Amino acid sequence: MFSGLMLNAWESASIVAVVAGVVGFFIVLRGAAFAAHALPNGAFAGAAGASLIGVDAIAGLAVFSVLGALTIAALGRRARHDVATALVIVVMLGLGSLFLSMTTEYAPEIYSLLFGEILGVSSSELIPIAVIGVICIAAVFIVYRPLMFSSVMPDVAEARGVSSGLMEVIFLVIVALTTTMAVPVVGALLIFSLLISPAAAARSFTDRPFTAMGLSVLIALGTVWSAIALAYLSNLPIGFFVGSIGAGTYAAGRGWVAWRRNRRASPRLGAAGGSPAQALST
Amino acid sequence: MTAFLSPIFEPGFFSNLPVQTALLVGGVVAVVSGIVGTFTVMRGQSFAGHSLADIGTAGGSASFLLGISPLFGFVAMNLMAAGVMEWIGIRRPRGRDLATGIVLGAALGLAALFLYLDATVSSTTGATVNVLFGSIFTLPSSLVPVIVIFSVVAAGIVLAMYRPLILSSVSADLAKAQGVPVRLVGIGYLVALAVAVSLSAMTIGAILSTALLIGPAATALRITNRPGRAAVIAAAIGVAATWLGVLLAYDSYYWFPSRGGWPVSFFVVTLIFLIYVGSQLRFRRRPRAERSSTATQAA
Repeated sequence: MFSGLMLNAWESASIVAVVAGVVGFFIVLRGAAFAAHALPNGAFAGAAGASLIGVDAIAGLAVFSVLGALTIAALGRRARHDVATALVIVVMLGLGSLFLSMTTEYAPEIYSLLFGEILGVSSSELIPIAVIGVICIAAVFIVYRPLMFSSVMPDVAEARGVSSGLMEVIFLVIVALTTTMAVPVVGALLIFSLLISPAAAARSFTDRPFTAMGLSVLIALGTVWSAIALAYLSNLPIGFFVGSIGAGTYAAGRGWVAWRRNRRASPRLGAAGGSPAQALST
Repeated sequence: MTAFLSPIFEPGFFSNLPVQTALLVGGVVAVVSGIVGTFTVMRGQSFAGHSLADIGTAGGSASFLLGISPLFGFVAMNLMAAGVMEWIGIRRPRGRDLATGIVLGAALGLAALFLYLDATVSSTTGATVNVLFGSIFTLPSSLVPVIVIFSVVAAGIVLAMYRPLILSSVSADLAKAQGVPVRLVGIGYLVALAVAVSLSAMTIGAILSTALLIGPAATALRITNRPGRAAVIAAAIGVAATWLGVLLAYDSYYWFPSRGGWPVSFFVVTLIFLIYVGSQLRFRRRPRAERSSTATQAA
């Protein structure tokens, strides 16, 4: 379980989990789940295109996910954001299906790009994954304050001179880079689960940004580690475990919130039927 | 006349049975997607619409294991997912995308499992590509009546609650004040969305279903502010793009790499995207449209 190829899997998955935990915190904060789903799907088309012209898959992933991020930002400025995202994702998937129809790639290859293949990471891929991971984390901490500001209070931030358009572009590019490094490890469809489930669960447990971010990293690490171990032991696809453990942690977070609210509310309920603050927080 | 048209319509286009099925099914699905999609865009639920297409793949892949038609797997899975989304909070705009995303993540995990089992246990090859990208040319014509019935159901639900649906889509508060059962309308609409999306995801692939749902409707809402007119325009754009896409895919049989033609979904998606971008350039900022869209966002 800890030898040869599996060692690559543990290392790459741990890097991905740390970055996903940090970036995911902002995705949840900004409510950008759709973009986090769209970019990896679009990146999948890039990988298909890269295999068509015979270049490295990571190059294709990077080009397509960054292009997708810029297009979403550009179209989203003029129209509804979710519409722009939806159109970008379908155009990129359409290109992906065109590329797939032209290559002679076997179905298992496509499956592993979509759903991840823990044994598919080679030692030579480990370096670019680590480098991109460091860039993402560094970028998040460089723009931490303005990004936080414009995520929580976009109008106030705008008035103080933080351009929310610029922040949107920077944020989407960071998500795109995270995608690039994560797709070879956990697959295009499941990186999404790793991006939002741990962060959403962490937010149920704490309101402090740094604590939530750290907790989200820990939950992400716990998710991938147990997913790898279970996938190794059961021989089932890793994506299944990432997806279900992710949903499980989120459910646990929601359960925690409900339990705490009940416990706090019960002595007061008889008197006023819940305070205005409670009504706001639901 | 025939000699004049043959460069456009490759020989045998209209007499080919798979093409006839594709035109018929594609047209029906495009009309329903246009009608339902108009409300999806107005309600800002594009993500839910797209997610249902992806979530359905879990049902579609499970049905290969059970040996039933994927269509029923899609519909069953989507109705269940719509129920869960509604239950964990699709109504609040802020947490809505998150609720959708969590359900989507869990369903994709299941899809991974089922597709893996398809390949190993029941050795159904090509299930991944078939379920995700669909194939309009390989539809059995026996499925056509079922698709038409489901389409009528989805469109019927939307038309039956047409006015309350418009009101609650534009402003939930206003609708509530007028005595519209907003939550019930929302659930009814989600059912229609789930059925429409399963149909299109099953017949023309998960990608295309999102394109047909969102693209024509977003374009139509650029052109007009009136929901009814927008639904008609959206249906027309969807049908035009689908038919043209089928035609181009048929013609592309002899094009470069020549491995049996280019995929229909590529053509349809590209056409829809170009129409949308074109409408953006032609119908720039319209104050009323802008205001009503921010109102929907706030709602």
